[in-house]
Parts: sequence; structure tokens; C-alpha cells
Amino acid sequence: MTALSRRHLLGAAGAATVFSFGPDVWAQAKDRLVIGISLEPPVLDPTKNAAAAIRSIACPNIFESLGRIDRNGDIQKGLAESWSISNGGKEYVFDLVKGVKFHDGEALDASVVKFSLDRLFAADSTAPGKALYADIEKVEVVDPLTVKVTLKSPNSYMLYNLSIGDAGIMHPKSAATNDKTPIGTGPFAFKERKEGDSITLVKASTYRRPDSIKLNAVVYKVVKDPAAQVSALLAGDIDAFPGFQAPELVERIKKDSRFAVVVGTTEGEVILATNNGKKPFNDLKVRQAMAHAIDRKELIDAESGYGTPIGSHFAPHNKAYIDLTGTYPLDVAKAKALLKEAGYPNGFEASLKLPPVGYAQRAGEVIAAQMAKIGIKITITQLQWPQWLAEVFKGKNYDLTIVAHTEANDLDRYARDDYYWDYHSDVFKAKWKQVVETTDFTKRDELLKECQRIIAKDAVNGFLYQLAKIGVWKKELMGMWENAPTPSDELAVVYWKA
Amino acid sequence: MIDFLSRRLAAALVTLLLATVVVFAIVEVLPGDPALVMLGTDARPDTLAALRHQYGFDEPLVARYFHWIGGLLSFDLGSSHAYGTSVAKLIGDRLLVTLPLASLALVWALLVAVPLGVFAAWKHGSAGDWGVMGFTQIGISVPNFWFGILLVLLFAVTWQIFPSGGFPGWSQNLAKSVLSLILPALALSLSEIAILARVTRSSMLDTLREDYVRTARAKGVPESSVLFRHALRNALIPVTTVAGLIAGFLVAGAVIIESVFRLPGVGQLVYDSINNRDLIVIKNVVILFTILVLAVNLLVDLAYALLDPRPRIRA
Repeated sequence: MTALSRRHLLGAAGAATVFSFGPDVWAQAKDRLVIGISLEPPVLDPTKNAAAAIRSIACPNIFESLGRIDRNGDIQKGLAESWSISNGGKEYVFDLVKGVKFHDGEALDASVVKFSLDRLFAADSTAPGKALYADIEKVEVVDPLTVKVTLKSPNSYMLYNLSIGDAGIMHPKSAATNDKTPIGTGPFAFKERKEGDSITLVKASTYRRPDSIKLNAVVYKVVKDPAAQVSALLAGDIDAFPGFQAPELVERIKKDSRFAVVVGTTEGEVILATNNGKKPFNDLKVRQAMAHAIDRKELIDAESGYGTPIGSHFAPHNKAYIDLTGTYPLDVAKAKALLKEAGYPNGFEASLKLPPVGYAQRAGEVIAAQMAKIGIKITITQLQWPQWLAEVFKGKNYDLTIVAHTEANDLDRYARDDYYWDYHSDVFKAKWKQVVETTDFTKRDELLKECQRIIAKDAVNGFLYQLAKIGVWKKELMGMWENAPTPSDELAVVYWKA
Repeated sequence: MIDFLSRRLAAALVTLLLATVVVFAIVEVLPGDPALVMLGTDARPDTLAALRHQYGFDEPLVARYFHWIGGLLSFDLGSSHAYGTSVAKLIGDRLLVTLPLASLALVWALLVAVPLGVFAAWKHGSAGDWGVMGFTQIGISVPNFWFGILLVLLFAVTWQIFPSGGFPGWSQNLAKSVLSLILPALALSLSEIAILARVTRSSMLDTLREDYVRTARAKGVPESSVLFRHALRNALIPVTTVAGLIAGFLVAGAVIIESVFRLPGVGQLVYDSINNRDLIVIKNVVILFTILVLAVNLLVDLAYALLDPRPRIRA
């Protein structure tokens, strides 16, 4: 604490000089960062739990994968310094970086990689991402620094899947205890955790390029309440909130010259998910009518203007994106006519089951009002997440719901038979099969565009808008990710401007 | 006296046993599958089944109940599915925040409310009485989380006298830890002050009308002695009852206040555990608090016995 700030404090605090207290920020040198998070990760091992918060903290800061997803969503080198794909997209050979050590001093070699990948797709695996690796037939050690992965059938997303946090490389010695004390090869090592309060990472002395890391310590502080998030920022207790959850409070922070408000993109498509297997939503005309009744501008206004309209289930920042918002433009008269054609001249009643997230709450009211204009009377029910998962997602016991699908490359869900919106299209499935099997990425982009068109035309769900990533941090903080192509706060590139 | 207390103790044990059945039933019928919560939307059915088996979620209900009770009786609270940590440690750490917070709020509430109530009753019908009643009306109406946010804006953001939230930990920094509980305790105690002041006031008004008070005054006993030695002691019985009830409410109210002030307390633990369907944690926390409330009630009974000899004689 500097003399100046101490004096400042004493002036404010009056007689309470015996205490050393006050905002922590004044005590910080410029190599320490306090990040606020609104969702607490239950454990810190991405192979044990699906929570995105685990990945944003631990990957790739603690656990690295063979490849690495960069801030633009592209695949870069990770623990593999090069790779080759052969045999029609069925054989991947990875050359590992030399001299990599885990935080406990154990060395990385091909057998460790094999152990780690085997755990993901093994028959008794309970990894949440198991399905992503189901196409792997076997993993072989070629030599200590070379690993060969053989697929049962080509999968053009396998390299991506092997580069995300779910495929973080773990050592046999520490794998069982990584949930509480994660040990990886990344630039930051786990130091301590206070459940419900904070997680502290420190620069890893074992990291292969220690000089490239500017931060010595990073503390993740759990702040769930949006009002508390604002006061923690304003009081200087927190330096950065990469995923700020309350768009309506952003204006308050913008007024403060100490902070930068950075609006970026996410992989989260907010959709009005529709039970295609249930009457009357199994009728294409009904779904088209609903699509014509959706006013995306109003929905985005409810998010204080943050968000990008979408017309299909695809993120606008992606190369293969096409704008399909004009497929069923806002047209209440046409919507009513379509409902009449479908046999519902007076509309019908429907339930809208909402998960407990801000955007769904806000969009829910707006959607109910928009549907009322064409005679669809919506009853809103609030659910907790576990209820939503059991009742809506697994039980398919719903008419409509609003949720953001935040995974990258998640169009495949329209090819799944048992998925919660119960959509079945042989045309889409055939197209998706081509997407997965092609080895030509230019062709894949074309195929992806066709996929977007099919589901937009079928009006499978109401395609509303792409969630924005609202990041708030101190102006002197550099390198923070503006977009969220994958849940990750890559700390290795973050530093304080001197 | 012993007989009176042992009867109360037996009643408490029966209540506790019933509570375990009710808690177990409620937690088990909560909609939601803990395995699905852990593994998320991409998990395959076989993966979910494997995880359920691993945690014993697939055992029959009765077996699970006795498993749990057996654990409780041998002081083994098991380990949290979500955090992977021992439940005893999780709860223990959190109690170190919530109990001091609730105690601080209760002590503060009593210190403010009882004198206010006595004053209002003593000056019955005066402007001071109206002032106290007006204050308590506001105190009951103002939501404590909103009051908490106001306190933060004033004391942490504008004046920077207190931290805006968070809890450094007793062993890390004792002074800072105490400081970080002051605003939350103030926020938490506001409505309790209001309630206790009103109860004290009306109870005092009743006792001040009693014959013995008139007699004392007629005898020329000094007014302060009339108020505090004669009237207040008898007026305290309903106040003690309400304070005992409030102790339970303080812990419940702490859920929201802990969220506003980012305190890692038991309230937050329960909230998170419900959202994670961390069943073992929910069950054990609720039972622990049942025990706590029963203990407080026993203490209240004991306090009655000390304040007023009649229950002792009847027993």
C-alpha cells in the first residue's frame, strides 16, 4: 500500500486506524488480477462436470489440450506442435512439444496423452463430453513424442474437439484428484480454493515459456448478484468481469472512466425452442406463423440493445454464416393467415417454461406479448435449472422454452433423433453426415450454409438473437478476450499496461 | 426443573426424527437429476447411468434413507457430489461466516430494539412513541437486500469505509473479517429491530398497566427502577420468544444478504446445493439447522425458567 493511498484511506476512515482494511486493489502490485465470475465452478476438472465455468477458468490456463482455440475461434498449436491428417480423415498424427512438465514436475509424453484421451471415450467413461470423442477407435503411442489417433469414421470436427477444454491432457498420477486440486501443464497452477468465495491461480514455475507470462497471481471471485457485481467493480474489489450478466446495469459502469466496457460475440444462440413432436407445433404452418410473429428488434431492446439478430442456429461471427433473418419476416397479418390455414383461426394456448437466467426472463415476457398479437396465449412457468434439465430437456414435457445454446458447432443437434425439440428431417441428417465426413473445409462451409437454410425454412425453433459477451474491466488491463468463441479466459495473454 | 427440561429434550428428539423423514422425502422428490446437472445436456444415457451408479443414486429409497441416517449417527456427513469435498468441512467453513453474522445481527437488534421499545412504551402516545412506531413501520417494509445495497453504495462505494463485500477469512485477517460482517449484520438486523421493538413496546405497555407497577410507583420507587427492574423483566418473556424465533429467521434471511455481500455462508451453500441438486449437502445442512433451531428453543425454555419461575413449578 502506498503512502498516498494510506493517507487517503485514513482520511475516510477517521479513527479506525488500527485496522488495515479497504479495497484490496490498493494493495496490489500490477501482476495480480482479480476476476469476477457469476457462476461458481463446482469442481475444476472438465472431465467430471459440464459446467462452462470450469472450462473458462481451467482451460487452457491449467489444462492444455493438443490444439488450442484462439480468441477468434481458430485452432492453434497446443501441446502438439504439429499434426497431420491422413487416410481420408481417419488418422491423426500429433507431434508433441518437447520438455513439457506438469505442475507437479511429472513429464508429458505420448503415453500420458494416450491415457488422457482413452479416459474420454472408454466404455466406463463418465466424462460429460464423451459423445464428442465417440468416433475415436484407438489412440496409439508411436514414440515418446508422437501419438496416433485413429477414427472409426471421418469426423471433420475431431481436431476442434481435441483442442477444447474437454480434451485437456491429464497425468495418470493426478487425474483422480484433479476435481479439487487440478494439476496440468498450463501456464497457471492451482493454488487454493475457498468454496463459495474464490479460486486462486499462480504462475506455474514449470511452464515452458515462463517469461511470456506477465501475471503472477489471478484470483477468481464469485459474485452472483448483479447489483453486487456492480458495487464490487465500483469499489475496486474486482478488476475485471469478463462475462457481465446484467446488461441493464452496463450504463452505470460506462459512466465511470476507470472501466472499459467491451461488447463481443459468443457462441450462444438464444432460441425459442419448440416441441416439434407435439400438437400444434408439429404443423409447419404453425411454426411459420410463430416465426412471422417474432420481432427480433424488440427482443434485443429488452437486452438493452446487446445481441445480434439470427435467422437460423448459427453464430454470425462464423465464416460459414449466412443471414437468414429474412426467411420469415415480421408480418402479423401473414402469421394470422397461416394460423387460420393450419386450423387455428382463434389461436391456441401454450406454455412457456423458462430457465432461471436473465436473458430468458427478459425474452420470455416479450415473446408472450408478441405471440398474443396472433392469438397464441402463453402461460409462463419459471423453472430451476435442474427442473428445466429434467422436465424440458430430458422429459420433453413442454411446449416452448427459451434458452441459449452456447456450444460451438452445435448444428448437429438437429440431426439427433432423441433431442428435446423432437425434430426429424432426413434431408438435414444426410446433409449433416456430409458436413462431418468431409475433409475439405471450404466444402464444409458450403454444406453448413445449406444446413442453416434447411432448419430456418423448417422453422424448427424460433431463432431470436446471438447473445453478446459483455466484458467490463479496468482500462489498464490488456489482452482480455473480447469474444467468447469457446468458454475460456486465456490468462497467458493478459497483462497490466505499465 | 430437571423434569421440565428432560421433557422438552425428549420432544426435541422426536421432532428431529420426524424432521429427518420430512427432509429426506422433500429432497428426494425435488424434480431434477443430479447426474444430469453434473454432466450437462450432451451426456449420453449410458454415461448418466454410470454416474448415478457411482454415487448410489440408483439404490432404493429406503436403503438410501438408512444409509444417510447411519452416516449422521456416526458423524459421517459424506462428501458433496458437486464439490467433491467433505460435507462436514463445507458446512464447517460456512458456519464460521453465518453464525457470527447472525449472532452479530441478533445482538445488535436486541441492543437497539429493547431500549427503543421501552422508551416508546414509557412515552406512550408522545411524539417519541410515534417516531419509534414510524421507524419500525419503515424497518418492516424495507427489504433487507435493498437496504444492504444502499449501505454498500454509501459506505463502500462513496465513503470507502467498509469493503463492498467478500470475506477474507478469520485466519487470514481478523480485523478485515470483522469489518466485512458489519454492513451485512446491519442490513440483516433492520427488520428484526423493527419487530423486536414493537414486541417490546406492546409487552411493556401491558406490564406497565399491571397493579404491581402502580403499587411500585405509589410506593415511590424511582421510575428507572420501575421500568427496568419491575416492568421490563416481566415484559421480556414474549421478547425472548420472538428473539428465539428471529434467530431462525436471521439464518434464513442470511441467504439473500450473503448474496448481496458475497459472503461464503451457509445460506449460499444451501442455495448452490439446491441448484446443483447436491442432495447430500441439502439434507445435512437442513438437519443441522433443525438441530440448531431445536437447541435455540431449548435455550429459550431455559430462559423462561430463569425469567419466570412458574413453568418450573408447573413441571
